Amino acid sequence: MTASTLTPVRRSRSRPPAALWVLLVPFLVMFALFFVAPIVFAVVDSLFAQKSSGLGLTAPTREFVFMDNYVAALSSPAFLASLGRLVAFSAIEVPLMVVTALALALLLGAAAARFPRLFRVTYFMPYGVPGVIAALLWGFLYIPATSPVLQLLGAVGIHANPLSSDAVLFAIANIALWGFAGYNMLILIAALDAIPSDLYEAARLDGAGEWRVIWHIKLPLIRPSIVLITLFTIIGTLQLFVEPLVLRPLTTAISSDYTPNLAAYNQAFTQGNPNLAAAMAVIVALLAFAFSALFLRIVNRKGNRAW
Amino acid sequence: MVTTEAPARPGTRPPRASVSAPGARAPRTPRPGGVAGAVLVNAALVVASVYFLLPIAWVLIAATKSPGDLYSTFGLWFSDSPQAWENLVALFTQDGGAFSIWILNSILYSGVGALVATVISAGAGYAFAKYDFPAKEALFWTILGGVLVPATVIALPLYFLLNAVGLTGSYWSVLLPCMVSPFGVYLARIHANASVPDEVIEAARIDGAGDLRIFGSIATRMMTPAIVTIFLFQFVTIWNNYLLPLVMLNDPKRFPITLGLTLWNSQTQRDPAFTTLVVTGSAVSVILLVVLMVSLQRFWKADLTAGATKG
Repeated sequence: MTASTLTPVRRSRSRPPAALWVLLVPFLVMFALFFVAPIVFAVVDSLFAQKSSGLGLTAPTREFVFMDNYVAALSSPAFLASLGRLVAFSAIEVPLMVVTALALALLLGAAAARFPRLFRVTYFMPYGVPGVIAALLWGFLYIPATSPVLQLLGAVGIHANPLSSDAVLFAIANIALWGFAGYNMLILIAALDAIPSDLYEAARLDGAGEWRVIWHIKLPLIRPSIVLITLFTIIGTLQLFVEPLVLRPLTTAISSDYTPNLAAYNQAFTQGNPNLAAAMAVIVALLAFAFSALFLRIVNRKGNRAW
Repeated sequence: MVTTEAPARPGTRPPRASVSAPGARAPRTPRPGGVAGAVLVNAALVVASVYFLLPIAWVLIAATKSPGDLYSTFGLWFSDSPQAWENLVALFTQDGGAFSIWILNSILYSGVGALVATVISAGAGYAFAKYDFPAKEALFWTILGGVLVPATVIALPLYFLLNAVGLTGSYWSVLLPCMVSPFGVYLARIHANASVPDEVIEAARIDGAGDLRIFGSIATRMMTPAIVTIFLFQFVTIWNNYLLPLVMLNDPKRFPITLGLTLWNSQTQRDPAFTTLVVTGSAVSVILLVVLMVSLQRFWKADLTAGATKG
């Protein structure tokens, strides 16, 4: 470092110093290699196809087919069904997650709450359980032979089957809720903690009750965090992969292309069609962007403050 | 929480704690209906903890049972002939001690991956917060856009890319991609903005400190809570990762716990003894992470820079 002591104050505003590049370049290089490059590769790859000669005697050649893979993916009834399933799953999971995380954060912030720190760490604990293991555990809890919950329900005459084709989407939503509600709750608690306590004092001096404080102070002030966790949940739900993969041996309600990601994984590694898989992955990414953009448009629309 | 700052910073103090804080007003008088409300709030908290603890309690109890008892006894109580020790011995001796190797691999992937990710995203986040350079905002939004890209969209093409350079199957194939945390850059930038005042940087410059030294010994100290948060979240993200190792690895010697347990789980239909291994292995890995999360819990909120901005 050549620290010029002559113009120390102006340096940050004029020519960027060498230190900037030391700080910035490692991340940018890694980001380019392991984030941007795969995306570019996927987009390019999705425009090509492997064409082998009829007998398979010569090596397959790579041909530019433009949108053919997308047409093939979007005209496959199974893939369309998996996209539909994904949208349905999002419609279940996103509101469930946001409302649960919000309820937990507000409950823990209530003046009457006892042992808030103990409860907070309890709710957050499942976040440390890998999704695979969470799915394995809930799998046991979804089977009457091993599930104490189903056994207790059965004892009072309720025979539920969470893995039936009607219920399995909710069973999967429950696993994701269990794993991530505490994490989202923590983000909301951090936002709630940042609200200056004078605001509560003032509201209470004005005679506002707990509900009015929630409605008129807490919710409006943590709005950005609510938007953030909603966005993360939308992205997360569109990645649905692990839970159906783990639950699949337990039920016939989950097919090998139950979600677009499962379908893409199968195309890439068991069907040997990485180009189609790339197209499917790009479709999921576009869907994620479309949903995120749509959601942000709705919440940012002028005058949309009616909580 | 280990905050020791004076009550002059209301913004950093949880509202519920401020009720009993020194200098706070006298406790407010209970309103009518306050008792019923308190009972409802606490009942809801208890119900929620039953829900979140249920699978954990189940697996800890199930890990003490023989394969037969797993299916024939009530799930939330111990069987008459517990065999936790036998299950643990079986877990750690199966496949030549594979489970211990998976634990070590998980620690390696998560520890090294999160460490490097934290260092480079803290540096980048600080650079975004404190320097001006061409195309800064465009670059930042591109990185932030990375948060929105589903991991599956990255993992599949990454396999083909790393395959082309012969890296698939190696430790690097999992480690390197885990070292990128766009969300970490975002967190580091907002925290550097909030907790490293420009005046401190200018003062250090006047005292003759170089930019890297200012970052390394002053800014990182003020950003410690953010840095710890980035590390913890990246650690857990890598620990919980499944798709990336699934795509990249084929040698069970390099598997993390998640992949190893599903490998065993896929063999339960051939040999039911694997069910006990999967259950006991799940219990052990749940205990590992719960210990980690509970013991590090105080770091998530620890306001270590308190006072640093006042001098």
